Amino acid sequence: MHAIETVELTRRFSNVTAVDKLSVTVEVGEVFGLLGPNGAGKSTTLNMLCTILKPTSGSASVNGFDVDRDPGDVRKSIGIVFQDPSIDGRLTGRENLEMHAELYEVEPKTGGERIEELLKLVELDSRADEPARNYSGGMKRRLEIARGLIHHPKVLFLDEPTIGLDPQTRAKIWEYVKRLSHEEDITIVLTTHYMEEAQMLCDRVGIVDYGRIVALGSPTELIREIGEDIITLGLQDSSRASEFESLDFVKKVRPGEKTTLLIDDGNTSLPKIFDFASRKGIVITSAEVHNPTLNDVFLHYVGRELREEHADSKDGMKAFMRRMRR
Amino acid sequence: MNTRAAKTILVREVRVHLRDRASVISSVARSILWLVVFGGGFGAARFSGLQVNYQEFLFPGVIAMSLLFTSIRSGTSVIWDREFGFMKEILVSPASRFSIMAGKVAGGAAIAVMEGTIILFIGPIFGAKLTLFKVAASIALMFFISISLVSIGLIVATVMKTFEGFQTIMTFLIMPMFFMSGALFPINTLPQWMTPIVAVNPLTYGVDALRIVLLGIGQHSIITDLAVLAAAAVATVALGSQAFRNRE
Repeated sequence: MHAIETVELTRRFSNVTAVDKLSVTVEVGEVFGLLGPNGAGKSTTLNMLCTILKPTSGSASVNGFDVDRDPGDVRKSIGIVFQDPSIDGRLTGRENLEMHAELYEVEPKTGGERIEELLKLVELDSRADEPARNYSGGMKRRLEIARGLIHHPKVLFLDEPTIGLDPQTRAKIWEYVKRLSHEEDITIVLTTHYMEEAQMLCDRVGIVDYGRIVALGSPTELIREIGEDIITLGLQDSSRASEFESLDFVKKVRPGEKTTLLIDDGNTSLPKIFDFASRKGIVITSAEVHNPTLNDVFLHYVGRELREEHADSKDGMKAFMRRMRR
Repeated sequence: MNTRAAKTILVREVRVHLRDRASVISSVARSILWLVVFGGGFGAARFSGLQVNYQEFLFPGVIAMSLLFTSIRSGTSVIWDREFGFMKEILVSPASRFSIMAGKVAGGAAIAVMEGTIILFIGPIFGAKLTLFKVAASIALMFFISISLVSIGLIVATVMKTFEGFQTIMTFLIMPMFFMSGALFPINTLPQWMTPIVAVNPLTYGVDALRIVLLGIGQHSIITDLAVLAAAAVATVALGSQAFRNRE
């Protein structure tokens, strides 16, 4: 049995197809990352897997339960940390956890022990009896992670777990996630648009764009696929970048302010590129060879253009209220 | 029905409300203000056929007002939960929608009854005569009245998506329900246009029942009052859970 299996999972909102025939499987025990730009359909996919949102067509199963037919069983077997804060700040940290245990009908005695254990894991045991509204953003996140684990879920969903957190806090969260995947018998599915996060945590990643998986594999596999090396060139006339495509050892040219070439062996190719440029009269102002990262993989598949998120006034208001509450 | 889920939601509603001292104090203060200022100002006014003085007459009405304000406000706490994301935590749990709704209604009603009881106990200062029976019957009645009022708040909250609309409910729902319930004046001498509105307002029967219990005077029989209140509770809870299921 797979931890998660989706078959042509699709969700349309009036005129937008947020998730488009997405088929993917996640194995038991792995840390799987859904990577993609804002609005790529990551959260929509997650919401369907958590049974908050009904698929328009296609199917998905979590822990062997169909999200459409047995949402109750799916819910009991998963834990979720939402992208936006979902804590009652007027309750203490411990009360938030206790309420969760009640909602999930965890046996009171084991629930109490589990709460203590998790408070220690996320290092909130000393501040557990303060109202959660006094917590920093990172502490709230940690509390949410602890909360998602109380009922021993088989799959834990983390939607952008470190968005808006400072680097130290982010590193802490990564540490917990890593520890979890070692110590608990659990499958973790996270969405992120931070490449280093995916590279650091995930056994496998799926890059999502326009609601489809455009690349799937372990971070190292994906990096190897796009080429061994990357050469970044500064050109006096950047419009001539495409001319490099005629070289057979250049796998791909990405024009931009700096021109990027994907190449199998950067060090031996660099002289050939200079040769070619001088023959054609292209003036190179700078050159740099580096090993690709997941970031390059991402740009390779998703492209470079910036996508603005559309926030209506209500979202703005919500964001404002949330900030007030932090 | 998941009783544990419903119970934990009830406990949380009450707990969170009690921590908000300012709102508890302000809602009690509002009731006292009505009793002192309105009761005092109209104390000399004479309504035809009224067997008790105005301040005594007003007292059950002010209790009903306190139930109305507090209940509708706790119903709309759903909007807060939604805006602050906590609703998601509840909605994604295995608890059924009905259990969640039941917990919310019971929690809101419990809060309203607590505040109503505070008003009840300061009543003797304003000339109300309490007996153990009157207190017990009033508390039971208050809970009964609050169920439909909290449900109305929940229905409004599921239809209305933001806080900004709260002022609108105040103007178009809470105030008319309060003014046209017989809380402030007897309903047997009203202009004709107001009579049907008073007749369909569930709070009318709540005010009347409270007045029967506390003063022994009423427009309807206690049986009629209880029957209408029961019907209103069933209807609003059913409508509320339907709205909740569809919208959340």
